[in-house]
Amino acid sequence: MSAFANDLSLAAPEIWLALAGMAMLMYAAFRGDRGWRESVWLAVGVLAVALVILADRPMMTVAAFDGLFVSDGFAMFMKQLVLIGGMATLVAGLGYMKREGMGRPEYAVLIVFATLGMMMMISANDLIALYVGLELQSLSLYVVASFQRDSLRSTEAGLKYFVLAALSSGMLLYGASLVYGFSGTTGFTALATLFEGDVAVPFGLVIGLVFVMAGLAFKVSAVPFHMWTPDVYEGAPTPVTAFFSVAPKIAAMALFLRVMLQPFGELVGDWQQIVIFIAIASMLLGAFAAIGQNNIKRLMAYSSISHVGYALVGLAAGTADGVRGVALYMAIYLAMNVGTFACILAMRRDGRMVETITDLAGLSRTRPLLALVLGAFMFSMAGIPPLAGFFGKLYVFLPAIEAGLVWLTVIGVLSSCVAAYYYLRIVKIMYFDEPAAAFDRPMGAELSGLLLLTGLFVGFFFLLPEPLLAGAEQAAAALMP
Amino acid sequence: MTIQALAFYLFASVTVASGVAVVTARNPVHSVLFLILAFFNAAGLFVLMGAEFLAMILVIVYVGAVAVLFLFVVMMLDINVTELRQGFLNYLPVGLIVGAILLFELLLVIGSLTLGSSIGVLPAAPTPSVLDVDNTQALGNLLYTRYVYLFQAAGLILLVAMIGAIVLTHRSRVGVRRQRIAAQIARRPEQTVELRKVASGEGV
Repeated sequence: MSAFANDLSLAAPEIWLALAGMAMLMYAAFRGDRGWRESVWLAVGVLAVALVILADRPMMTVAAFDGLFVSDGFAMFMKQLVLIGGMATLVAGLGYMKREGMGRPEYAVLIVFATLGMMMMISANDLIALYVGLELQSLSLYVVASFQRDSLRSTEAGLKYFVLAALSSGMLLYGASLVYGFSGTTGFTALATLFEGDVAVPFGLVIGLVFVMAGLAFKVSAVPFHMWTPDVYEGAPTPVTAFFSVAPKIAAMALFLRVMLQPFGELVGDWQQIVIFIAIASMLLGAFAAIGQNNIKRLMAYSSISHVGYALVGLAAGTADGVRGVALYMAIYLAMNVGTFACILAMRRDGRMVETITDLAGLSRTRPLLALVLGAFMFSMAGIPPLAGFFGKLYVFLPAIEAGLVWLTVIGVLSSCVAAYYYLRIVKIMYFDEPAAAFDRPMGAELSGLLLLTGLFVGFFFLLPEPLLAGAEQAAAALMP
Repeated sequence: MTIQALAFYLFASVTVASGVAVVTARNPVHSVLFLILAFFNAAGLFVLMGAEFLAMILVIVYVGAVAVLFLFVVMMLDINVTELRQGFLNYLPVGLIVGAILLFELLLVIGSLTLGSSIGVLPAAPTPSVLDVDNTQALGNLLYTRYVYLFQAAGLILLVAMIGAIVLTHRSRVGVRRQRIAAQIARRPEQTVELRKVASGEGV
C-alpha cells in the first residue's frame, strides 16, 4: 500500500464523515424541509458507521499526512465518546425539533460537520491542523446555536458565541504564531523533540504557550474564559445545548490534553501552575455561581464549568494516571449530561418547554420514574458513591494526590461539597415540594430509551467498571508512553 | 537598489497614509475607496518581496471581491458616521493622556523584556531558492501534497460557512410569482384568446 493510501485509510472515519455530510446536503437540497426527520436518522446512521470504521483502525500510534494527523489509542477513545455524544443528542432532540419548528435537515448536516471538526481536533498533530479542526467545529456550532432564527434568545446566543469564540481563536492563533516564530515549527512531534533534554526555552515561546492555553481554556469553558457559557447554554435550543455540553467539550478537553502533554510535555513546570489555577477557579466558580440559578439550563452551564475544573485536576497531575482519570471522567460526564438533558427535554407542560427548577416540584409524585432517574444523575454529578460520578472524581483526585497536589485536591473535594448543595436542591424540590402540574405525556420513546441507557450506566457503573477503565488506560498509555 | 528602496518607501507610505484615511474619512464610501488604495499598495510591497502570487491574490480577492462587497454594504446601509463620531473631540484629551501613559508603561516593560532567541532551527517547510522554483509553483507544490489535508479541511470550512449563511438568512416567501417557462410555452392560443365576430354597429 502506498504511503498516501495508508494515510487515507488512517483518516477513513473523517473522510467518511466528510463525504456522507456532503451527500446528506444533497439529500437536504432535493428533499427540502420535509426530509428533516429522515436526515436526523441518516446523521445518526452516518455517525454509527463512523464508529464502526473507527473501531477497525489500528490501535498503535501512527502519524499521517506528513505528520499533520495522528491516529492513536487516545484519539480513538475520545473520538468514540464524541461520536456517541453526537448520536445521543441528535436522537434526544427529535421531539423538540418537531414541536418547536426547528425541523430543517441542515441541522443534522451541521452536526455531522461539527463532529468531523471535533475528530480532526482530537487527531491534530500540528498547530495548523489543530486550528483548522477547531474552526470547522466552531463554525458549525455558531450556526446551530442560532438555529431558531426567529427566536431572539437563540440568535443572541449564536452571536455572542460567535464574537467571543472568534476572539479566543484570535488569541490561539497569536499564541501559535509566537510558538512558530520561536521554534521554527508547528508540528507537535518536532516541538516535542525540541524541548528534550535541558534546553533553555525562550521566554517568547512560553508567552505563546500561554496564549494557546487561553484559547483552549475558552473552548472547554474554563474560568476565567467561561463568560459565554451560561448565556449560550440558556439561549440555544435545548438539543443544541445538550450537544454543546458534551461533544465539543470532550473534543476540546482531548485537544487540551494532547497539546499540553505531547508537544509541551517537557515544559510541565511552565504550564502546570496555570492549569492548577484554572482548575481551582473553574471548580469554585462552578460551585458557587450555580447556587443562585433558577433556570436549569443555566445551572447545567455552571455545572459543566465545574466539571471541566475537576477534569483539569487530572491534567494538572501531568501523569499517565491523570490522563486516564480525565478520559474516564469525560466518559462518565458524557453519560450524566446526556441523561440530564434528556430529562430537561422531557420538561414540557401544555405543549411548551419549561426550564425553571421550580417546575420540577413534586415530580416524584407525578412522574416517579423520571424523578428517580434525574435524582440519580444529580447524586452522580455531586459525586456520591456508588454512582458513576464518584468514580470519575476519584480517578482524577488520586493521581493529583500522588503528584503531590494535595491542596488542589482538598479544594476540589470542598468545592464538590458546595456543588452538592445545588444538585441536592433539585432532588429536594422533586421529592419534598408540593407537586406542580404534571408534565406532558408521552415523553417519546427515544427519550425513554436514552434515559434507560444512561440511567443504567450511571447507576451500575460500579458493578462493571473494567471495560471503560481499560479503555481509558489504553488511551492514557498512547498519550504518555 | 535605489529604485527598490524608493518603491518600498512609496508603497509603504501610501499604505500607511491610506490606512489612516480609512479610519478618519467622514464619508464611509471614501473609507472603502482608501481601503482599496491600501490593498493595492500592500500588493506592491508583496511584489517587492518577491511574493508575486500573494500580491495577485490580494488584488483579486481583496480588491475584486471583499472591497466591492464592502462598498455595496456601505452604500446600502444608511450609516451616519458623523453622528457616531459626536463627542469624539470631548473625549480626545483624556484618551490621549491614557494612551500616553499606556505607551510609557509599555516602553518601560518592553525595554527590560527579552524574549530570548529562537531555539532549534527546524523550519517546517524550508523555503526553496527562488532561482529553482518560483513562488507560485512552490506554493502549489506544498499546498496539494504536504498540506492536502489542511487544504481539504479549509474547503470544508468554507462549505460550512456557506451552509450557515444560507440556513440563517434564506427565507422561502409565499406568494412569489415565479416565471414558469414550461407553462408559458405550453399555452395555446385557444386557451387564452377568444375570437368573436362582432357585427358592425353593435357591441359585444
